[in-house]
Order: sequence, then structure tokens, then C-alpha cells
Amino acid sequence: MTDEYTLADVAIVACADAFRGNGEIIASAFGAIPRVGAGLAKLTHTPELMMTDGEAFLVEEPRVIGGKVETPELSGYMNYSRVFDIVWSGRRHVMIGPLQIDRWGQTNLSAIGDYNSPKIAMLGMRGLPGNSINHINSMYAGHHSKRMFVEGEVDVVCGVGYNPDRWAPGMNRDAVDMRRIVTNLCVMDFEGPDHAIRVRSLHPGVTFDQVQEATGFPLLRADDLGESPPPTPEEMTVIERLDPKNTRASAFKENPTFRRN
Amino acid sequence: MGPYMGFRKLSAALDKRLTADAVIETLRDGMTIGIGGWGPRRKPMSLVRAIIRSDLKDLTIVAYGGPEIGMLLASGKVKKLVYGFVSMDFIPADPFFRQVRQSGGVDARELDEGLLQWGLRAAGMRVPFLPTRTGLGSDVMTVNPDFRTVTSPYDDGEVLLAMPAIHLDVALLHANVADRLGNTLVQGADPYFDEYYARAAERTYVSAEKVVERIAVDADTAKANRYERCFVTGVVEAPGGAHPTSNPDDYGWDVKALKAYAAAADAEDGWQGYRDTVIGDSEADYFERFGGTDAVSAIPLPVF
Repeated sequence: MTDEYTLADVAIVACADAFRGNGEIIASAFGAIPRVGAGLAKLTHTPELMMTDGEAFLVEEPRVIGGKVETPELSGYMNYSRVFDIVWSGRRHVMIGPLQIDRWGQTNLSAIGDYNSPKIAMLGMRGLPGNSINHINSMYAGHHSKRMFVEGEVDVVCGVGYNPDRWAPGMNRDAVDMRRIVTNLCVMDFEGPDHAIRVRSLHPGVTFDQVQEATGFPLLRADDLGESPPPTPEEMTVIERLDPKNTRASAFKENPTFRRN
Repeated sequence: MGPYMGFRKLSAALDKRLTADAVIETLRDGMTIGIGGWGPRRKPMSLVRAIIRSDLKDLTIVAYGGPEIGMLLASGKVKKLVYGFVSMDFIPADPFFRQVRQSGGVDARELDEGLLQWGLRAAGMRVPFLPTRTGLGSDVMTVNPDFRTVTSPYDDGEVLLAMPAIHLDVALLHANVADRLGNTLVQGADPYFDEYYARAAERTYVSAEKVVERIAVDADTAKANRYERCFVTGVVEAPGGAHPTSNPDDYGWDVKALKAYAAAADAEDGWQGYRDTVIGDSEADYFERFGGTDAVSAIPLPVF
């Protein structure tokens, strides 16, 4: 058992923590770090979570990254049509990696620049409008920068958030529930006044000023702001089981190693 | 199983078999065409290639987009695109789609994925709209300026998006098996939203790996019949017809072919080169480049 862990492992533990105590809902996570994080949550503190095999079935054993399962044990069925039904029912928590995130928790996966002739066109809105208005959402940003955390609104509002100007009287936004943002520098939440974004914990060696410097809008500091927790030895074992090929090591531009005290 | 007594009569009355070229003959400039499947999965690519080889133009295309979108855009067939996304999964953003979007070359009506099926379902149910919260507060409302809200007539008075019905002139779908009556089997684990395209369309054409005289199967297999033959106007036999996308459980997507398609966007002769050397003049030519339909049909399914 090594006493070493990396920044990727810290981020995975932070992603897992976003799902803590969510109970019997579908946990969907996109990208290696969030995926391992959701699996870690299910295999440790939140076993009630429900997950898919990434295609059309429910499984109780989270998928291994890059691993081949010849005959996965399936516990149920979850085709795309039923995913939409689940989304609209509210029984889901999704963690996505958007192109842009703004101070209101609005997200963009569609395009950078003017919508009609964008500088960069990406995938489209995908399920972001429906996800964000119907169930819990968290975000992941592998490179914390002002291009990701923009000064004003995101260029195309795909996922909704807490911007009051976007809502007309009579619209029901009770289910809008932004939870965590996990980056290569820190963990943030929406627990400030009027859902303002706070820095909740800093990854080892990172300062609040460094995070603020890389963010396009003012951040609040959580009262109990501390260091993002390292993985426990038990968590480390689960992480290695879910990502045996160590794909997480290439998730960040730099992936420093730390030693357990 | 022998034919039941009325089958001979039915079979004589209903013969929906036709060729891809005959399907194209029925299409007109400016039509709204829905394309089934999902991303790089179960796209009716033989029919799409037939459109690319035709003179059709100014089409409105409705899809959960895979490579067919970039191809149709690059070949100048599309005026308006109604979509939740365009992606090939392992190639997240289609470079031809990006080129056309970035040049402002298409009227792009982006939707939430769930809204797209909701609009198709409204059309299938013959109602003008279906209410939902999804879309409110987002730019769905600004990039689709024709969308309106509706106020609940009940005590809650909630304001909802009235997602308008998405009426299709034609739906193009792909299946594993079809019969001459228009019965179809879609055997992959996920039917995606093909059934809603079929019910939203005036006419639906289904290409299939094989077209048989009559589908006569057991109860379990019959569950793979996802939409009713009354919605199927015509069936086209097209072995390998989803290539380079997947058609579970028959074959997976062709990683090499999809990568080559994406790479063509950076080539000097760009789309025209791909159009001439890969799409070519016929399906026979097309499949010859990939070692024939048997080779294409043997591509293993992806592992997730």
C-alpha cells in the first residue's frame, strides 16, 4: 500500500462527495474523473445510487474505465426514452463537463461566440436544458480558467441556473439544484447568498487567490474553507479497481503526486 | 409456420418493397425529413447517401445527429436543421457540422434532446403542442423564436413551454429486418426514438438489413417490433445500410471509416474528395471500398 496519491485522486474523491447521500436516483457522470467519482460514491458511502452500463441497461457494479466485461450483470433496463422520463421525474444527478460555466451556474455545451455563426461550434445543447430544470446538477472542469468560468453569461445558455433575468413570473424553477463544481484547483458550491458560488475546498497547494485569479467572476470563501480531502486507503483501492489502466493520470495537464501525512 | 388463410390476399394487397432510388423519387426540395437512430447508431445511411447523390436541396432535417448531418450539410442539401446534438461519440464534434455551423451556413434550431421527442410525440398524437418545463430559462427559447409558453388552466397557473409538434413530411429509419407488408424488427437494446419519427411523419421509409416475405416470430422476438406497419410506407433492402454507423445487434460502427470521414474535413479537397472517392455513384461502389457488405456486417459491436 503506497502512501502516495495524485491530484486526480483528490478530484475523484471530490466528485464522489457530490453524490453523497443522494439515495435512489440515477447518477450519470461524463468524463473519466466524474465517472470514477460516481462509481466511488456507489461503492463506498452511497450504495443506493443507480447507474447504467453507458448504453441501455442498469447495473449495480459500476463500469470499469477501459475494461471489458464479457457478461455484465444487469439489474434493469434504461434506454434513452426512459432516461428522458427519469430526467423529467427529477430522480437523477448528472455531472457534466461543459464548455463554459457562469456565476449563475448556467452552462454551455453548444457554441462559443455568436450562436448563428459561432467561433467554435460544438455538440449542441444535448440534454442540458432538461437536466438543469428537472434534477440535481454538478459540473466538472479539468482546466480552471477564465475561459471556462466566464465573466458575464455563458455564450449559449444550455443549462439553466440562478440568473433571475432568465425567468418569467409563473415559471417553476423549484427543481433547479446546482450542487458542486469540481476543477483541477478546487471544489466550489452554490451555498452563498442567493446561490452565489463559493470555494468550498482547495486542492493541496492551491490558494484562494490563485482560484480567484483563474475565475471570471468574484468568488466567496466558505467559512470552513480547508483542503480537499485525500482519498482514504479504502477509497484508493476502489479508485484503482474502477480505473485499473490509470486513465485518470492524463485528465489534467499536470497531475502532481502528494504524500499522505 | 405456414401462411394463414388470409395472408395470400394481404400479401397481394400490400407489397411495400421498393428501391432507394424509388424513395428519392418521392422526395421534393424543401421537405422536412426526420432521420432515425442516435448519433453514430442505426442511421439509415444508404438512404442518406441516396439523397447526397440526388439533386434534392433546401431540406429541413430533424435528427439526433450522427455523421449523416455533417454529410448532408457539406453536400449543400440542408437549409434548416432541428437537432438535440450532432456527435459521433468517440469523435465528439463532427468537423463538417462544425465548418457549416461556424460559417453560418445553416438555420440551426437546437433543442434539448427530450424536447425533440416531445415535439415528435405531439405530431404523432395530432395535437399542436405538448407542455413541459424543459427549455424554460434557456436559450432554447431564443434560438427557436417561434416557441411560445402556455399557462396552466388549473389552479397552479404554472407557465410552461408549449413545445410545438414537429411534423415530418418523411421519416427515414433503419431496421434489422422488414417484411413486404411493412412489419419491422429493430433488435438492438435501445430502440431510440424511431417509433416517434414514424408516427410524426406523413410517410415513413425503412431500410433494413434484409426484407423477407413475412415476419413470423415468437413472442420475445416480436417485442423488437417497435412501430406499427400502418406507419410504414415503404421498405428498402439495404444490407450494411447503416454503415458507417452501427446497427445492433448485427454490427458495430466502423471506427476506421468514421475517423476517415472526420479527417476528410482537413484534407485539401475536403468534402468533394470524400463525396467523389467514398460516397461515389452507387451503393455497390461504396461497399466495394469497404470490402463488401459481408465485411461491413461483421464489424463487432463496441464495448462500453
